[in-house]
Formats: sequence, structure tokens, C-alpha cells
Amino acid sequence: MPDNGNVSALHLVLSGDPVLLAIVWLSLTVSLSAVAVSALIAVPIGALIALTRFPGREGVIVFLNAMMGLPPVVVGLAVYLLLSRSGPLGAWGLLFTPTAMIIAQTVLVSPIIAALARQTIEDLWTEYHDELAAMNVGPLRRIVTLIWDARFSLITALLAGFGRAAAEVGAIIIVGGNIDGFTRTMTTAIALETSKGDLPLAIGLGLVLISIVIVINAAAWGARRLGEHYAG
Amino acid sequence: MRNPALDLPLLFVDVRIRARGLPILDGVSLKIESGKPTVLIGPNGAGKTTLLRAAMGLVRPSSGLITWGGHEQSPPVRRAIMFQRPAMLRRSTAANVRYALAAANVARDKRETRVAELLADVGLAQLARRPARKLSGGEQQRLALARALARDPAILLLDEPTASLDPAATKAIEDIVRIVTARGVKVVMSTHDLGQAKRVGGEIVLLHRGRVIETGPAGEFFAAPRTEEARKFIAGELLV
Amino acid sequence: MFHRRHSIAAATLGFALLAAPSSFAQDKSIVVASTTSTQDSGLFEYLLPLFKQKTGITVKVVAQGTGKALDTGARCDADVVFVHAKAQEEKFLAEGYGVKRFPVMYNDFIIVGPSSDPAGIKGKKDVADALKTIMAKNATFFSRGDRSGTYSAELRLWKAVGVDIEKQKGPWYKSLGQGMGATLNTAAAGNGYTLTDRATWIHFKNKQSLAVMVEGDKRLFNQYGVMLVNPAKCPNVKKDLGQAFIDYLISPQGQKDIANYKVDGQQLFFPNANEAGA
Repeated sequence: MPDNGNVSALHLVLSGDPVLLAIVWLSLTVSLSAVAVSALIAVPIGALIALTRFPGREGVIVFLNAMMGLPPVVVGLAVYLLLSRSGPLGAWGLLFTPTAMIIAQTVLVSPIIAALARQTIEDLWTEYHDELAAMNVGPLRRIVTLIWDARFSLITALLAGFGRAAAEVGAIIIVGGNIDGFTRTMTTAIALETSKGDLPLAIGLGLVLISIVIVINAAAWGARRLGEHYAG
Repeated sequence: MRNPALDLPLLFVDVRIRARGLPILDGVSLKIESGKPTVLIGPNGAGKTTLLRAAMGLVRPSSGLITWGGHEQSPPVRRAIMFQRPAMLRRSTAANVRYALAAANVARDKRETRVAELLADVGLAQLARRPARKLSGGEQQRLALARALARDPAILLLDEPTASLDPAATKAIEDIVRIVTARGVKVVMSTHDLGQAKRVGGEIVLLHRGRVIETGPAGEFFAAPRTEEARKFIAGELLV
Repeated sequence: MFHRRHSIAAATLGFALLAAPSSFAQDKSIVVASTTSTQDSGLFEYLLPLFKQKTGITVKVVAQGTGKALDTGARCDADVVFVHAKAQEEKFLAEGYGVKRFPVMYNDFIIVGPSSDPAGIKGKKDVADALKTIMAKNATFFSRGDRSGTYSAELRLWKAVGVDIEKQKGPWYKSLGQGMGATLNTAAAGNGYTLTDRATWIHFKNKQSLAVMVEGDKRLFNQYGVMLVNPAKCPNVKKDLGQAFIDYLISPQGQKDIANYKVDGQQLFFPNANEAGA
């Protein structure tokens, strides 16, 4: 970030400061990618738990709900140990890269999406159960139908995951290293500027981050309303 | 007239079904054959819904036997059921029917025509694009009927299909029942409305406390009931 | 509907891959593990573009505490380690994690504290005496409390006045376990004294009522050293590129660049690559 403490973050945004834009872009790509990957993993898992009965099911649900509160810094540490050169996946050389940050946030966000998806789909299943049984719909098709029909409620689950990812700093600062120009995101930049004592800049960046999150939520809400209007 | 279905006659042999330790069906023996509709009547809790679900194959008897056309295990290919409070899939009216057709393995190229035909049959052609959850109670019931008919059933099971409907909507449903019966579908339906039972039946089956009390053709049943319970029920008394 | 889901999945994967272009563009780059105080001083923002212009090599700095930076080198997650804690660096070498230690530059530590100076140490020439006075007067003191070079220096100073701070600390002594910037923030808000390197201090923007209390004592000297991580222990180390960075730092040009880094007209670091025994 340019060392002019008097320049507000807003000014930087309006002037299209390339460093700030790069940081915002990285924040968005890391968190959105993590949400996308998590969704691919977690929604089917949530659906599976919602629809099947197996011994220990209640325990799994409790565990999944508890994992929504995974401390980011703990996740960061665990992923760091995995990806470090002297760790099991060291040969991939992923530490201190955006990919490592995506991995860490995916771990953080997946339980949230899975737990919320499970609840959403289980509720819809209660509604659909008789009809799908009456239409003799097979297990795989049931999962697909429920996920598809619940897609708007699932958007809320995705937004919850995104909120968690966009807001956290503990995991990505450990696995990303907050490297200037490579792994510096909005939250890690805020942490850095705070430790440099440049509080106005840090707060300004914080407001920019909050604004972006609000815009994304508004867009998702709009998409949901539009979709519901047309699909019912 | 269509080929007699593989699922008929539908036979209940001393069927008992328990739920949470209590008997819901307590030794039901019944034979349902093709022809005019069979109407199940009886007080609440008599077991009508459970009987229909068992006929569909959704509930297994705790003891006793159910056979469809002589077979004990029969995948519900030519059977369909419509529930008392049908759930609408969160999609359009037409999409609901399309879904039922897909689930019944109707060939893709035939689906659109069938959707149009079925919606026309139940009088919902104008509402094809409307989200199904926005339909009125009567319209939703008709949509559920269309979904059931999408399975091209030989047996159509209806659980109190007009319970919450006004007379006009009720007539619409009864008309459809008449039409499909003429096409060769065997309708088995339950009702609270004795007038409806007289209009639609066929065969009347009186259920009470999980047992078949009396059966008979509608005319005879209402004119000259044989059992005390039947007499009381027809007279409008509460069967406890 | 299957087609739609397939294309969504493909787009997602593509998006995720797009987010990590730099992990594939690592051809001419090295990872340098350094300290938060060095990063907070702004030196890297000044120096690294000069180095890149000269050699085309991109330097990625991961800034942690000295202890963690050395750990990062030991775990083979960095190519070069650039810290300021000679004893710990020599241990690093002795354990075979580094190839050779080159002195690069020094800056100094200072004690800062509230302008009201409750312990009355302003202007003292003997830093160990100043610390002892703080302790005697129970004035609030914030310590880094981590494995940083700054903390090592603080411990050395306590030892110099015969104080075993671990045993003799009281409620006046607050160990934070945080970086230099965070510690300064806390000292400013909590009106306490703390030991900081001058470079971070000059660059720090939230001083509030803090001011320089003690400076100039020779024991406040803070020496920086740079080491290449040992390729024998870490085969992935980019030894040529890493060595190029080290060579730059100790070269006349690099030393000149270091001396030219100024904040508010003040030079923060004093190059001394040629000083024997540094």
C-alpha cells in the first residue's frame, strides 16, 4: 500500500489505485473460489446426511454443526503443517500461495455449508417425502431433485459460507504469508496496516470490505427473489 | 376398454399394520377388482389412509398379505396415489407434471404432448406456467391428480381428494374420476362425504377401527345396510 | 439439467485455477522469511523493486517473528532467512539449516514511553539502568514476549542488570506475544513503556502520546544477518536466485540502497556488511 497515511482508502478506491484493486480482486477470488469448491463438496454431503439413516447419524449432525465454529487460526495452522515443505504435501509447493488460502478457507467453510444444506434439504425432504415415494423416484434422483428445488435456500447457506471466508484473517495469514502483491487480501492488509499503526487506512479498508460484502449479499438476494418469482 | 391391469385384483389377506404398538389395520381382508370405483368410508382414525398407502405399497403389513394381480412384490409401475394434502414441487404447474412423467420413465420426446394432454384433462391448461405453490387448493388437488395420472396407472388411489374443496372444485374432481374410470382405470378413494360415496361408488367399504365392517354395491349398501355400525354410520351417528 | 451442472462445475474449477496464477508463475522468484519489524519499517517496499529492476527476480517476503522466520527456513518453506538475532542465527547455522551468515545492516532499539514519563527515565544514557528504574517504580512495561530479535534484546538487557525477569516480573510487566506494531499500538493505548526498533518507530503512525525515552546506549544495537537456507537439507531451495539476493544486499550498490532508505528524512538502517564480527 502506498505510504501516504493521509490518503483515505476511499480516495484509493475512487482513483482505482492498482494495488488496492489487486488486493480486492485477490480477496474475492480466494473467498468465492473457496465457497464454490466447498459447495461442490458440502452440498451433496449435507444432502446425503439429510436423506439417509445410519447408526451414529445424530452424532455426525452434532459434529457437523460444531465444526461451523472451527477457529480459523487452528485451520490455518493445520493446513500450514500439511502444505509446508517438510509436511506430507510439501512436494506440491503450495504454501504461501493463493491456492493454499483457497484450501484453508474451503476447510473452514465446508462445515457451514454442509450443516446448513443438511437442514434445508431435510426440511424440504419432510415436505417432499410422500410425493417422491409415490412417484417411485430412486435415491440418486431424489438427492438431485431436493438440491435443485432447494437451490434458493441453499444460496443463503453459500452466503453464510462466503461471509465467514471474506471476514477471516487467521487462516489465510498463516498459509498465505501476507506477501505483498501475491497473498495480501483485504483482511490481511487491514491486519498489517493496524500493526503499522495506520489506523485510518485500516478502518478505510475495513469499510471497503464491508461494502463489497454488502453488494454481494444484495446481488445474491436479488438473484434469489428473481428466481423464486419465476420458478415458484 | 384397456387391458385388465397386472396389478388387479388387489388382494388384502388378513392384513395387520401396527404403528407405535397400536393396531391401525386389524385384520383387513378385501378384494378389489377392475370396474367402478371402490369408495372407502368410515370415521377418522378408521385406517382409510393407511389402507390406501398399503395398497400403494408405501407401508408393509406387520402380518398378512397384500398381492397385486397375484404378485407379492410388485413395483408400483402402474399404480398411483394422491394424498389428502398433496405437496407441490417448487416449480411450475407444467413442470410438476413433467417431473411425474420423467419419474415414470416416459420417453423424453413424448413428454411435452403428455403434459399438455394431462393438464387439459384436469382443466389446468391455462395455468401451465404458474408456480405450483401459487395455485388455489382446488387447483393443487387437480395438479396432484394430473401427476398421478401421468403414471398411466391401472389403479388410482385417492385419499379424501375433495375434503377441503368447494362444491365446484369437488364436481371437477368427481368428473375427472368418472372420465378415467371410463378409460379403464380402477379408482379406489376414501371420503367423508356420504353423498360423494353415493355419487361415485361402485363398491362401498366401511372401515372402523382398522377392520372392514361391511362392503357392498352402493345402491344396496345405502338402502339396506346389514350391520348395526353401517346403519348408525349412514344415519349420521358417531361410531366410537 | 445435467449439462447445466457440468458447466457450472467446470466454471468453478476454472475460476479457482484463475485465482492462483502466481503459484504457477514462480519461475524467477524466491521466498524470504523475515521479521515483522523489518516489514513494518517499510524497507522491503523500497528495496525489493530496486532488486527486481536489477535482476528480474521477484522477492516474496513472509514476515513473521524472528523465531518463526527461522522455523520457516528450517521447514524448507523459504529460500533465504533475513532476521536480526545473531545468537539464534548462529544456532540455525550450527544445526545445519543455513549455509553461511552475512551481516547486512544494523539499526538500533530505543525505549519509548508516555510523554508524562511516570518512571522518570527520559534522557538516561544507560538503558539497563532505565529498565531497572521502570521495574522499581512499577511503571507499566509492554514486552514483545515472543521469539523475536527485539524480545531477545530485551531479555539481554534485563540480564545485564541482574534481573531474572521471568521470576521477578509483576503486574506492571505485560507480555503480549505480538509483533512490534501491535505492541506499539498497545503501549500507546495503555500508556506504557516498551522497547522497539527505531525503524518501526519512525514508520509507526499511531504514536499518540508516546515519545522516545532512552536511546544511544551501545547495547541497543540491532544487527541484521542474512542466510541462504541449506540446499543440502532442503533440495527445493532456489540457491542461485537466493544467493543473488544475498549478494545484492552485501554489495556496494545494495548497501548504498539500504542507506538511502529514509522516512521523514531520517535514515533507518545503517549498512555494515564489511564490519568484522558484526
